[in-house]
Amino acid sequence: MTDITKLTVSEALNALKNKEFTASELTEAYLHNMENERQYNAYITECADIALTQAAEADKHYANGTNRALEGIPLGIKDLFCTKNIRTTAASHILDNFVPPYESTVTQNLLDDGAVFLGKLNLDEFAMGGSNETSYFGPVVNPWSKDKPLVPGGSSGGSAAAVAAHLCAAATGTDTGGSIREPAAFCGITGIKPTYGRCSRYGIVAFASSLDQAGPIAQDVRDCAILLKSMAGFDEKDSTSYKTEVPDFESFMDKDIAGLTIGLPKEYRPDGMNPEICAYWDKAAEYLKARGAKVKEISLPHTKYALATYYVLAPAEASSNLARYDGIRYGFRAEGQHLDDLYTNTRTQGFGAEVKRRIMIGTYVLSSGYYDAYFLKAQKMRRLIYNDFMDAFKQCDVILTPTSPITAFPIGDESMLQNPINMYLNDVFTVSVNLAGLPALSLPIGLSATGLPYGMQLIGKPFDEGTLFSVAAKIETDAKFERI
Amino acid sequence: MATDTQTVKRTAFLSRLKIEDDKIEATKEEFNKILNWIEELNEINTDDVEPLIAVNNTPLRIREDEVTAGNCREDILKNAPSAEYDYFAVPKVVE
Repeated sequence: MTDITKLTVSEALNALKNKEFTASELTEAYLHNMENERQYNAYITECADIALTQAAEADKHYANGTNRALEGIPLGIKDLFCTKNIRTTAASHILDNFVPPYESTVTQNLLDDGAVFLGKLNLDEFAMGGSNETSYFGPVVNPWSKDKPLVPGGSSGGSAAAVAAHLCAAATGTDTGGSIREPAAFCGITGIKPTYGRCSRYGIVAFASSLDQAGPIAQDVRDCAILLKSMAGFDEKDSTSYKTEVPDFESFMDKDIAGLTIGLPKEYRPDGMNPEICAYWDKAAEYLKARGAKVKEISLPHTKYALATYYVLAPAEASSNLARYDGIRYGFRAEGQHLDDLYTNTRTQGFGAEVKRRIMIGTYVLSSGYYDAYFLKAQKMRRLIYNDFMDAFKQCDVILTPTSPITAFPIGDESMLQNPINMYLNDVFTVSVNLAGLPALSLPIGLSATGLPYGMQLIGKPFDEGTLFSVAAKIETDAKFERI
Repeated sequence: MATDTQTVKRTAFLSRLKIEDDKIEATKEEFNKILNWIEELNEINTDDVEPLIAVNNTPLRIREDEVTAGNCREDILKNAPSAEYDYFAVPKVVE
């Protein structure tokens, strides 16, 4: 038999239905891979016993014909989703002993559809980073690494690496400024950040609440459609969850794209941009044109300001959200003589450098005397960036851009570590989407001359993930990208 | 606007983070690098722009003020670094 861990979710579901193998066999195969491939450092916590129990349960469902949408599919869960009775760390020392007494809505939805959880996946600490190097549990290694270890992207670096290296069939991710799309691009796989409000944020460790969204990271476009269908849906427990029908995303895969207008924003092609990625961008546009779509240059005039806007708003929200980590109710505590010492010692020892940097920036821009100049200013810029997209969508149905201007870089890269702004610049093509709350998908398009994957990003109108799946499916078919 | 050592110290205090004295200068420099970069937002006049706080167009839902997930004190205290008499325990606050 071929290696069953190389199957996509849709292929595995068919094989399970046809009794080609059992859910227990499939789970065991992934657990075997996990054990043999620990060098990627993709998992923070492995839960083999739980996974095998869930798989045995799934096999019963197949036996009596009550199998559900994801019955027996072994998933990896980003360690930012609270999982009942399974340690949830957010890759931070401050939460490294936290065992949630409740389940996040997204993971509950997956469990309700019969999924198996293999373990909790590594990430940048509190999802703050673009390379997975800020994790308290050490960096994740990109499975595409050749002579030296490369970053998998971040913050969902463990999710992307695990999917690419077949350490799970698919994974959950979260995306605040590109944390699903960038690692998906770096690891040559597919991920989608849905519209803000599509997936419940309940039980996901909060980073920047007005930007955070959960989404799937998977082998291909179809798997993302299948996973998103399970993850999404209205939830009373999240006040920003949107009450709308969740369509059958998979049904959009075969939809014709003739007549659609694809917008190419001219601001995403600055002078000096890497010619390799520009060539792939043109090629992707050609694929769509050949299938009857119209391709049109559009303008998103405030693109240049999206990063600075993001790096005011996201740290501001983070500084507020992370105020709860004080060593009193859960997580790590460092003792102190007085209560204030206890707080300060706990937070100083419990948080890593990047998280502290963002808390400081966030606290500063929210503090009296600076609020208007920075925070309010950034909220106004956010409106202009949002309006750019709304104007653009009067002329096109979908926007096509590269996901990132670069491919995966080496772990410990000096220029990235010396100046945090260099690291932030990797998010240049992804953050605007979060500011505007739009859905966006990244899929692999081809390899660089050095043999590393590039990703293409498709941005859609609010709650129009369906069209993203229609268009992405065509690019995927034509690009014929070969995964690991 | 460049920030000074005093402001960095005050921001650290508000954040309940301790910065060692020999790290203050470096932190200030890094802070200024980021703030200078953010300054580019001032190239755009936003006097008449309504701030965008959230992308949801609908008002936030309000639910009845009632207990929805109660009677789980034991579960919650399991994660407490220190608990006594069914409460979270902290260092003495009142002399």
